[in-house]
Amino acid sequence: MSVLDTSVLAQASAWAEEGRQVALATVIQTWGSAPQPVGSQLAIDADGNFVGSVSGGCVEGAVVTEAVDVIETGKPATLQFGVSNETAWEVGLACGGTIRIFVEKLN
Amino acid sequence: MKKSALDRLLEDRRERRAVAMVTALDTGDQRMVYLDDVGAEGDLAAPLAEAFARDKSQTVEIGGAEHFIHVFNPPLKMIIVGAVHVAQALIPIAEATGYAVTIIDPRGAFATEQRFPSVRLYDDWPDEILPDLDVDHRSAILALTHDPKIDDPALTFALKSSCFYIGALGSRKTHAGRRERLLANGFSDADLDRIHGPIGLDIGARGVAEIAVSIMAEVTRSLRQGAEAGA
Repeated sequence: MSVLDTSVLAQASAWAEEGRQVALATVIQTWGSAPQPVGSQLAIDADGNFVGSVSGGCVEGAVVTEAVDVIETGKPATLQFGVSNETAWEVGLACGGTIRIFVEKLN
Repeated sequence: MKKSALDRLLEDRRERRAVAMVTALDTGDQRMVYLDDVGAEGDLAAPLAEAFARDKSQTVEIGGAEHFIHVFNPPLKMIIVGAVHVAQALIPIAEATGYAVTIIDPRGAFATEQRFPSVRLYDDWPDEILPDLDVDHRSAILALTHDPKIDDPALTFALKSSCFYIGALGSRKTHAGRRERLLANGFSDADLDRIHGPIGLDIGARGVAEIAVSIMAEVTRSLRQGAEAGA
């Protein structure tokens, strides 16, 4: 885990202290080539602001959209992205890998 | 994740405590497990131990339920002896790859905040300050001064520590002389094989920036593939 990842968690904590609603998205599994290792994280607030990275830019947009839902419902969600999964998601990974991401609300 | 757990995690990072966040993926329930307590974790003990040892977070299935083990090992540490030009080029690369950098140089004119604004800086002799720096298996020690008076005490400390990488700047001839001195001080050939010297992968580096790249590549190889890689 890198210094950059810790700064994502520090940002999430700082946002929460400002009174913002925050979600965390974490890469929990990868198959094939994946741009970010397992454990990489993204912090998202209710307005869709985000810091960090879970894919190097390929699927962040979709993760942010889902995270805003998770902030509203409070229920965690597990997402999966891959090139073969076009029917479920319009976005995919150009590198040909597949990743699973866990999204949870900070509460 | 609970805000209180997040803050405890950040505190553990600052205090260099090895901890894992275990999440039951179906419910989202979470708890923190410290490295010392892994043995009491039943079916999770083996995957937790593996995750800590390999610094590898992973999802495992236990009793039909998926658990994500998120490992937070202590941050990597790079201790550079020698506030020299190569160190200046190396620091940004080391920081980008996740190392907290410390510089030691007893020559006060070298170890100035102006030249090294982002790092912890000590103008002490290496053998006096190194025992206070919590060197562990997540630490790399680099001797870059070219001066045996400064480098040798640092290497002597490094060889007795559990650090995962030891490197020393200097030509093959310089390194041969260094080995002879350390052998005379009671170290074995096997001990001295832990020292990467001349430091850095042989990529034909020219100038300090390229030398810094070759050093960082060698440190990374030791971290990811073990000390014996490439030996």
